[in-house]
Amino acid sequence: MTAVESTAQEDLRDTHLDDAELHARLTRTWRTGASLLARLSSVDHKVIGRRYIITALLFLCLGGLSAMVMRIQLAQPEAKLLGPDVYNQLFTMHGTTMMFLFAVPVMEAFGVYLVPLMVGTRNIAFPRLNAFSYWIYLFGGIFLWVSFVLKIGPDAGWFAYVPLSGPEYSPGKRVDVWAQMITFTEVSALAVSVEIIVTVFKQRAPGMTLDRIPLFVWSMLVTSFLILFAMPAVMVASTMLILDRLVGTHFFNVAEGGDSLLWQHLFWFFGHPEVYIIFIPATGMVSSIIAAFARRPVFGHLPLILALIAVGFLSFGLWVHHMFVTGLPQLGASFFTASSMLIAVPNGIQIFCWLATVWDGRPIYKTPLLFVLGFIAIFVIGGLSGVMVASVPIDAQVHDTYFVVAHFHYVLIGGAVFPLLGAVYFWFPKITGRMMNEKLGRWNFWLAFIGFNIAFFPMHILGLQGMPRRVYTYLPEMGWGPLNLLSTAGAIVLFASFVVLLVNVLLSAARGAPAGDNPWDAGTLEWATTSPPAPYNFPRIPFVTHREPLWDNRESLPVVTGLSVDAREVLAGTVTESFPQLRESSPQPSIWPLLAAISVAAAFLVSIFTPWAVVWGSIPVAITLTGWFWPKGTPEDEE
Amino acid sequence: MTRAVVMVIALAALAAGCEREDRPLRSEAALNENREAIALASNAPGPGGPIEYKSGTRAQYEKIAFHVSQGKKLFTWYNCSGCHANGGGGSGPALMDDVWIYGSAIENIAASIREGRPNGMPTFRGKIPEDQIWQIAAYVRALGGFVASDVASSRHDQLYAHEGESRLPSPPDTAGGQPGLAQPK
Amino acid sequence: MRFSLKSPAAVLILCLLGGCSGAQSALDPGGPQAQHLARLFWIFTGVCTVVWVAVMLVLLASLVRRTPARPDPLRLDARSERRSLAVVGGAVFATLLTIIALTALSYLSQRQLFARERPAVTIKVTGQQWWWDVRYESDAPDRTVTTANEIYIPVGRPVTVKLAATDLIHSFWVPSLFGKQDLIPGQDNEIQFTASRPGVYRGQCAEFCGWQHAHMGLVVVALPANEFQNWLTAQAAPAAEPEDAERKRGAEIFAAKACIMCHTVRGTSAGSRVGPDLTHFGSRKTIASATLPMSRGNIAAWIVDPQGIKPGVNMPNVSIASNELDPLVSYLAGLR
Repeated sequence: MTAVESTAQEDLRDTHLDDAELHARLTRTWRTGASLLARLSSVDHKVIGRRYIITALLFLCLGGLSAMVMRIQLAQPEAKLLGPDVYNQLFTMHGTTMMFLFAVPVMEAFGVYLVPLMVGTRNIAFPRLNAFSYWIYLFGGIFLWVSFVLKIGPDAGWFAYVPLSGPEYSPGKRVDVWAQMITFTEVSALAVSVEIIVTVFKQRAPGMTLDRIPLFVWSMLVTSFLILFAMPAVMVASTMLILDRLVGTHFFNVAEGGDSLLWQHLFWFFGHPEVYIIFIPATGMVSSIIAAFARRPVFGHLPLILALIAVGFLSFGLWVHHMFVTGLPQLGASFFTASSMLIAVPNGIQIFCWLATVWDGRPIYKTPLLFVLGFIAIFVIGGLSGVMVASVPIDAQVHDTYFVVAHFHYVLIGGAVFPLLGAVYFWFPKITGRMMNEKLGRWNFWLAFIGFNIAFFPMHILGLQGMPRRVYTYLPEMGWGPLNLLSTAGAIVLFASFVVLLVNVLLSAARGAPAGDNPWDAGTLEWATTSPPAPYNFPRIPFVTHREPLWDNRESLPVVTGLSVDAREVLAGTVTESFPQLRESSPQPSIWPLLAAISVAAAFLVSIFTPWAVVWGSIPVAITLTGWFWPKGTPEDEE
Repeated sequence: MTRAVVMVIALAALAAGCEREDRPLRSEAALNENREAIALASNAPGPGGPIEYKSGTRAQYEKIAFHVSQGKKLFTWYNCSGCHANGGGGSGPALMDDVWIYGSAIENIAASIREGRPNGMPTFRGKIPEDQIWQIAAYVRALGGFVASDVASSRHDQLYAHEGESRLPSPPDTAGGQPGLAQPK
Repeated sequence: MRFSLKSPAAVLILCLLGGCSGAQSALDPGGPQAQHLARLFWIFTGVCTVVWVAVMLVLLASLVRRTPARPDPLRLDARSERRSLAVVGGAVFATLLTIIALTALSYLSQRQLFARERPAVTIKVTGQQWWWDVRYESDAPDRTVTTANEIYIPVGRPVTVKLAATDLIHSFWVPSLFGKQDLIPGQDNEIQFTASRPGVYRGQCAEFCGWQHAHMGLVVVALPANEFQNWLTAQAAPAAEPEDAERKRGAEIFAAKACIMCHTVRGTSAGSRVGPDLTHFGSRKTIASATLPMSRGNIAAWIVDPQGIKPGVNMPNVSIASNELDPLVSYLAGLR
């Protein structure tokens, strides 16, 4: 532990330094070193955010590959490519990877990277927790996939209904791996959500009142609250399942007073907000992209914020629509029909506001906007098929069929992946400093759009024709062969679009045209930094006068001064008005988050074999946490 | 050099997978029962265990979770509980204690099921397919506490009759030979 | 109407139309409930299509229209902002009204569809991994009928199906007749439906239940009321004694082999309730949970290698000598 280097008198502030010296000193204070140890100890949100994004996209590839193998198996009736055991593992891995290891983490990743830049601060709140959350997520994902390779991959579906996933019908350790992996990813998500809430509430640039917060930041804030309230439900459920399977409790044993529906309630109380956790950040991305490419601020800023909050609240009141056919009382079920349909209203508000923005604006047809337009086309179909399945009688026919598979892929791929791809093209110049290839981007978009629709639209029809979900094959006389073959063909085209994306990302990272600070002439604060941003983000903290700060101050951005240049400091302000309150120390790089993550991961891993792992494993966890929190002797600021 | 060694080990681990999690769905039809020849424990006094001849290939049944769990289902379906209750015994001897009249090795148990035993154990040769006999034998081994706790399951999805097989105490070690060869009371 | 197949629209329409027929199709209703559900589905589809087309038209129009260049993105025209507010407000209001209307329609349909009347016959279906145990209840014990994977119902009369499960959650779904309902261990669920025309309707388990979930089908046969009664009476009778030597031999093989460990044939010594009841096996239309059509060849194939046809199924491969197979198949096929 080194004491902060201080000059003879007080610490040096950024007020009177010229640009070159400011840059040099800030870089020395905030940079991540080049050695392996330094890189593993980094607490820079941009470094961690980049790692998160790359890891999540890797899991997207793995999940996509498992889907491709399944689609090849389903292309023909009674195909013998896969047996039922391998197929069950594949669809479980596909769903689990996409939901837990790709969709939520990638949205968090963009939040981790962009939120501090968009609110005008130097680093995210709780940077070491941020590092810890990445390592825990990485270890959880590796744990799941290594288990799959070793034949311990789960095979009971991504929502693992009991009693199928209970100790009698899922022998061995497969479902335990699944349940424990959930714990990894939930801890990671909870950590990130706490950081984002605190960053958004307390670390905004001065002048960024609540109504000047960018829509993407609002969406990450709402998402973080959803995570905070939804994740505990699934952690409870997965813990109960592990206890049933490991130590013989009877939570889900009907014969001893337990209940299989308890699992469904607990899981779906999490599971429904989960899909909004995935979708709401995507709406934030859409708002950012539309504003930049329609050349005007998004119409209806306040209604959009209120719609986001409404969606957040409402999403907790929908979960029983996953259980409409379990024999619940009809009146209670119809309440959830009403609430499930009602959530179309705030979602509709968002769509209408975006349409109004595009109507009034002057669209620039670059790849990010193309993906947003594709999102509108596809997501609205998904939302409308959602209105259909929200109805109890219709759901009685289409529940657990390919109609529902079509519905959720339309809302998830259309509603989250398309905006995500647009976001990749939009923010790639900022993250890497290079532009992506526009021609390949168009190929990417059109292959994705066409491939997706060919792959998933026929599934609506297949579901109505009687094809249930999670079947490893089907009889030839059912007549489902042609549409399945068509769907597989579309899946191949969709897969090709992701290959194009990968090629584009790799080529552009190596040889893309240099992007300036603000290649799209967008209005939010992240575009005021260099591309890629310097380790310290902003040389001086900006002062915000409008919700599109760069459009309001085209010549030069007003700033506030007074932060130290030789110590890591961020500016903390009040919650609503963002009046500056104090200079908050930001932690130095530290290896303890990685060590803590390793010890927690080891404890979680061994605990699926024996409960004693929790006892003995808590010792290394305690040691690493002690190292983490040991006071560093950094002098706190007085004023 | 070390990198090559690590790669080889990793590949071997990948190839072996995890035997516990095998799901040999396709049962082996018409297993030749004469492949497993064993000798019963002798009742002669004095030290020295029984003379055994076994291939050991069937020992894997109690290492694979799928087989143990199938054995549990078959134990109920074929009404073993009719005489043995849930392992505590009734008109038949207990299967959860340390007394094994005809031997506790899996080959012995399979032989008991296949051959039948005096005083009431019916013979199931030809009635229960061979591989299912081994699955039931593996489950009986679990009832006796011989099966590793990560292979056996923790509880039955029925009324609580006894601690789950993974939580049963391990049988005591006996020097030379099989435990508890004694006459029933 | 005749469509030329060169037109892409025609192909699309034909694809969609192809989705209507089928023995297991929700859009090929065989009874009033299924018809009501199909009608509700089409109404919803119509409304949703209109909404989507409207949104797409607005989007296309907004992309196509000419707007002046915007050097200053923050310069907004107050009048056009107000107009947008009015239009968006109107659209939101219209959405709300549509949602309320659809919710009301759904709720009214729900009440009508799930209403109960006095059933003509009550059937108890117990789902197991991976077959359906079917039991026709009756006040007279000698008239209860147990069969498997096949349900016969009278045309035009309401039928109540009670749903139970012994192992894990399954889902009973015959799309041409009604929506699905889960079979949950420890819970008593019930549905009621009517078939309005005679026919054979196929159903399938719709809740993932393990390896052979994909092949856990069932068949519902709707017969005119008097034919149904005849069937029920025939099913209540025990199996007839085999007359010819081959079937007698088959009966002996059945009793000597592993078959009696799991199956019941009423009237013989086979009385196990682990697997499907085979008393009138030969009268069924399908084998192995509606996976194979009934035929001698398929019976033989199923007996010789069930694991090859449905890997993981609970019926084991048993050793049958080649001279034992034919008599056994004859015996089973003759159990009408």
